[in-house]
Amino acid sequence: MSGFLSWIEQRIPMMRVANMHAIQYPAPRNMNMWYAFGFLATIVLVNQIVTGIWLTMNFEPSAERAFASVEYIMREVDYGWLIRYMHSTGASAFFVVVYLHMFRGMMYGSYQKPRELLWVFGMLIYLALMAEAFMGYVLPWGQMSYWGAQVIVSLFSAIPVIGPDLVEWIQGDYVISGATLNRFFALHVIALPLVIVILVFLHIVALHEVGSNNPDGVAIKHKKGSLPESEKTKWQIHEYYTSKYDIADDVVPFFPHIVLKDLVAFAVFLFAFCYILFFAPEMDGKFLEHPNFEIANPLKTPEHIFPVWYFTPFYAILKAVPDKLGGVLTMFAAIGFLFALPWFDRSNVRSWRYRSGLHKVNLLVFAAVFVFLGYLGGTPQENWKITASQICTVMYFGFFILLFIYSKNEKTKPVPERIPR
Amino acid sequence: MRKCLALLLLIPGMALAAGSNYPLDDVDIDLTDKASLQNGAKIFMNYCLGCHQMQYQRYQRTFNDLGIPEELGEEYLQFTGEKVSDYITTPMPQEGAATWFGAPPPDLTLVARVRGPEWLYTYLRTFYKEEGKTFGVNNLVFPNVGMPHVLEPLQGTPVKVYREKMVDGEMQKTEVFDVVATGGALTPEEYDETIRDLVNFLEYTGEPTRLKSEAIGRNVLIFIAIFFVLAYLLKKEYWRDVK
Repeated sequence: MSGFLSWIEQRIPMMRVANMHAIQYPAPRNMNMWYAFGFLATIVLVNQIVTGIWLTMNFEPSAERAFASVEYIMREVDYGWLIRYMHSTGASAFFVVVYLHMFRGMMYGSYQKPRELLWVFGMLIYLALMAEAFMGYVLPWGQMSYWGAQVIVSLFSAIPVIGPDLVEWIQGDYVISGATLNRFFALHVIALPLVIVILVFLHIVALHEVGSNNPDGVAIKHKKGSLPESEKTKWQIHEYYTSKYDIADDVVPFFPHIVLKDLVAFAVFLFAFCYILFFAPEMDGKFLEHPNFEIANPLKTPEHIFPVWYFTPFYAILKAVPDKLGGVLTMFAAIGFLFALPWFDRSNVRSWRYRSGLHKVNLLVFAAVFVFLGYLGGTPQENWKITASQICTVMYFGFFILLFIYSKNEKTKPVPERIPR
Repeated sequence: MRKCLALLLLIPGMALAAGSNYPLDDVDIDLTDKASLQNGAKIFMNYCLGCHQMQYQRYQRTFNDLGIPEELGEEYLQFTGEKVSDYITTPMPQEGAATWFGAPPPDLTLVARVRGPEWLYTYLRTFYKEEGKTFGVNNLVFPNVGMPHVLEPLQGTPVKVYREKMVDGEMQKTEVFDVVATGGALTPEEYDETIRDLVNFLEYTGEPTRLKSEAIGRNVLIFIAIFFVLAYLLKKEYWRDVK
């Protein structure tokens, strides 16, 4: 066996890479459960890919057969309902863990120098994920698939000059039709998953280059020769890291310590996931919207058109601006501002544990505003909601502006040299 | 110009989509109640299938899930000469239906997942007589409904009853309260029970795997709970050395 392994190792660096990135990777010992969401996102990604492959075996991407083939999967394919619900619940679960993963990064300043590019790759994954989820939702060809696509695609018509032609180009037709369904299917099952997997790979490469942050935002890698032998870690850490830095006695190896911690988080996550999967896969119309159980009908507009819950904060921002082009621009700016977060924050203290009360309040208000925008964008339109959406939109952008202003000369607490025990 | 045309196309759809705020009644859905589901299937095959399809569901699957022997099902619940392995489709030509009703009667396989059981239960009990309507009836939860009151032989002829309210010292008929039917084959209680059975059946066809899903789900959750305890203990053991 060991002969076989060394035969392989001489030809491809299997164990070296495993040791470097999955076994002897130095992870801060104070990582808490917030740090499990990256791992969980990877698990959900694998779930989506595997169940997606099985779904494509019976799904027929045509306007005539898409809806019927989904019901065929639900009723006649052995355990097809299970595979379909794993995929549909997984889509929402993906956004749940990604939103919490992003909030973790914001709490502990994981986007700050030197992790700016790590954050940007993460945002690119988020963007690709939104495109992937949107196109996936069109495939069952229900009423919300059709009318949701209608609303989103028509946003591009707001672009001056090229808008109308662009919409036709995206749709592949004068209206949303079977041609649109075909191309969304191609993008959903090949193009975007490929992009997402590559981006996830780059996200992890970037992470392992700069190292994991932690709830205290304290560095674990110190300048070579700056730590006495007694303060260096006793654990076996890969020499790729120890040859360049002194690794403080603040780390644990990724395997088994972090893996086991992630395993516990995985069990908790899986319990909630399976509860929804087996007992409430529609999640009261949030994960699978009720009108989507009716086949797409271009002549019948649903009473209310909502995107799925994970898009509703941005949908509320879009609707808050009276002008169509203005709304589209504001919505994209909302995502653009998130991209630029590492440059809005000018503080050199990472974790909110050592930052000012103002910062904590600002971040919590931002999270609350985001959730409330989600509510506003996902429930039937009422007059007060327009005003509320406008106020929340201003507050959404206000978070970044305020952060930019106060973070320069923020009153922060002293950050310890080492992770507190 | 194209935009205007598109808008024109939307208008009839909008009229159809207009809802009502009539309060919905709760309905006791029980997918384990085989007798109720069988009665619901009987009502569906006798009264609904004349116009509505259930094109994603097969007779055989339905009979098996509801505990109806296939021979009995074929004899008493299949009226259209189809094989027991066929989908439940209506003999009414769909093109004709579009002309006669304005739109083809919707497929009912998934109607419970679109409308919800409470809506269906209330809708089927709130038809009322109104002169001037195409089919002589209207509905409290679905105003200007394009469907005749097919269950009238069972319910009787329902009329709207008004609640009387004192307005400016005079009793006035103000709001719609309920419908009351007379002359049907069933008592109001029996009719409600029949509709409950029908809605129960529609809830079943919306998701025939529901009971199986919950049965598997319970075992899965127990397994995960045990897995959690083991994972937690293992994690604790390994982290003991980390001070």
